[in-house]
Amino acid sequence: MALSTSSNFAKPDDAFRAIVEAHRGLNDEQSADLDAALVLILANHIGDLDVLKEAIALAARRMLDASQQQQQQ
Amino acid sequence: MALTKTQFGYRRHSDQDRAGANVAEHPIVVVGAGPVGLSLAIDLAQRGQAVVLLDDADRIGEGSRAICFSKRSLEFWDRLGIGQRMVDKGVVWSVGKIFHGDSQLYQFNLLPEEGHKRPAFINLQQFYAEAYLVDRVEELPEIDLRWRNKVTGLEPHNDHVVLTIQTPDGPYRLAAQYVVACDGARSSLRQMVGAEFAGQVFEDQFLIADVKMTAAFPTERWFWFDPPFHAGRSALLHKQPDDIWRIDLQLNRFADPAVEKLPENVRPRIARMLGHDKFDFEWISLYKFQCRRMNKFIHGRVIFAGDAAHQVSPFGARGANSGLEDAENLAWKLDRVLRGISPEALLESYHIERSAAADENIRESTRSTDFMAPNSHQEARLRKAVLSLARETEFGKRMVNAGRLSTPSIYETPLSTADSDSWRGGPRPGASMPDAPVAGRSGEPMYLTDAFIRAGTGFTLLEFSNGAAPELPERLGNIRVGGNGGLADSAGLAASRYNAEPGTAYLLRPDGYIAARFRRPTRAALDAALARAAGHN
Repeated sequence: MALSTSSNFAKPDDAFRAIVEAHRGLNDEQSADLDAALVLILANHIGDLDVLKEAIALAARRMLDASQQQQQQ
Repeated sequence: MALTKTQFGYRRHSDQDRAGANVAEHPIVVVGAGPVGLSLAIDLAQRGQAVVLLDDADRIGEGSRAICFSKRSLEFWDRLGIGQRMVDKGVVWSVGKIFHGDSQLYQFNLLPEEGHKRPAFINLQQFYAEAYLVDRVEELPEIDLRWRNKVTGLEPHNDHVVLTIQTPDGPYRLAAQYVVACDGARSSLRQMVGAEFAGQVFEDQFLIADVKMTAAFPTERWFWFDPPFHAGRSALLHKQPDDIWRIDLQLNRFADPAVEKLPENVRPRIARMLGHDKFDFEWISLYKFQCRRMNKFIHGRVIFAGDAAHQVSPFGARGANSGLEDAENLAWKLDRVLRGISPEALLESYHIERSAAADENIRESTRSTDFMAPNSHQEARLRKAVLSLARETEFGKRMVNAGRLSTPSIYETPLSTADSDSWRGGPRPGASMPDAPVAGRSGEPMYLTDAFIRAGTGFTLLEFSNGAAPELPERLGNIRVGGNGGLADSAGLAASRYNAEPGTAYLLRPDGYIAARFRRPTRAALDAALARAAGHN
């Protein structure tokens, strides 16, 4: 199974909103804790190491892009 | 300790009287009389090989050092005739508990099924294991154990090695067709062959204390993350024979070893852990560790085994047990090569199989160590999330890593014959043989591992009878389950653990690993699998 990057939620705004609201009222430290737990829960739900690694690679590309942009500035 | 002999005398050997180039020649010299060198020498001797075993000391080392010996190690020691003695003295355990803060997160059972001769683990001080091994060595005239013989020089040749050995009577030289270096993590032979020993150094310090107390603690492995008596760190409590308890405390990176080691500093911490201070110290040691291995376990005619070849962190009982697996893997191969019935290339499979096992052990123990001592703020955060999820979820419990305990590797090896039949379970080629309860001819209860020992020290065919008696190649040991005169498998556990039907056969290597398996073996297929497993490819 490959990582699905097509839109899977009927209402993507609701999903984004749910995550945003979970962080409301939390400080940065608490938010990071919440995200760590959420990542582990969702990773286990996916239950496929190849998909997880693809997802990590896709996410990590943002770090790469950010550092390239910094270098260009 | 009173009945266990740990002090031995140096004795001059006639090899030392030889002058100049007229050095004594031996087929095998094993260097280092620790658990690995002793076990290897016994296995070789039982196969009829003469072994010279050298050790630079004249006594068995103090402190309990290795304490957890695995089922696989006990099965190996059964073949060496000393398994029962180890089990009788050892503390049998299979349950572990993991605590976080002041409450239990979960518990596990390493051997949840019945019908195995040996438990998942016993705890036994290394000096007992060594003393029992030395007793066994003394029963075997093939082994020439020389104490206070320190190897100081190594001269490699194409087909032999010349060693220079220092003794209380001065130096002498000895030639060997093969030298096996079992001389531990600080192996001097490794330096003599100029091999690198690179890997990861861990900054965290751990304090090990063996304390004596007569307390009603259960015989279990208890591990704490962030316990109230040792805030922010981890702790381990484990029972050994003679009312000795092993305590392992993680210290911070900057702790001063000299200060931490002082009994007056250790005592209050352990008193809080145990809930009382009625204990005495037997041994306190502070350590850091490394995970590393040699690139090549074989350097010409010098072969490395145990800590000399690879080192792991102690969490997972992968040090001594993996060294013993090295010994059982090497002994039969070296024996066959020396007899000329297998090509020297068979030894290369020792490096292939055991270096892959070392990589697995290093990977597993590094993961455990990183979980116990997170390397960054974010790693600590992820660990905190896992520990917290473990309270509510099964997947969280499974992610908590307080040491993944040693299990035998499954070898990806040129000695295996790939499956050509279809299997829905059972050990695949490269795996070690599972045990199962069976009954002998007169109904006496026994185990498959017993039958394996009785079948001899060579290759063995384990067959599940279908009435027909297959034509077996010569010198192939035989275990027959079911049928006339076969072992009775009344509980059906042998058949189910081997996914067997009538006619199924497993070809077992002399170390008890699966070389090949067949639904209906033909003579040609068996011959081919045997040749491959013996290195004739």
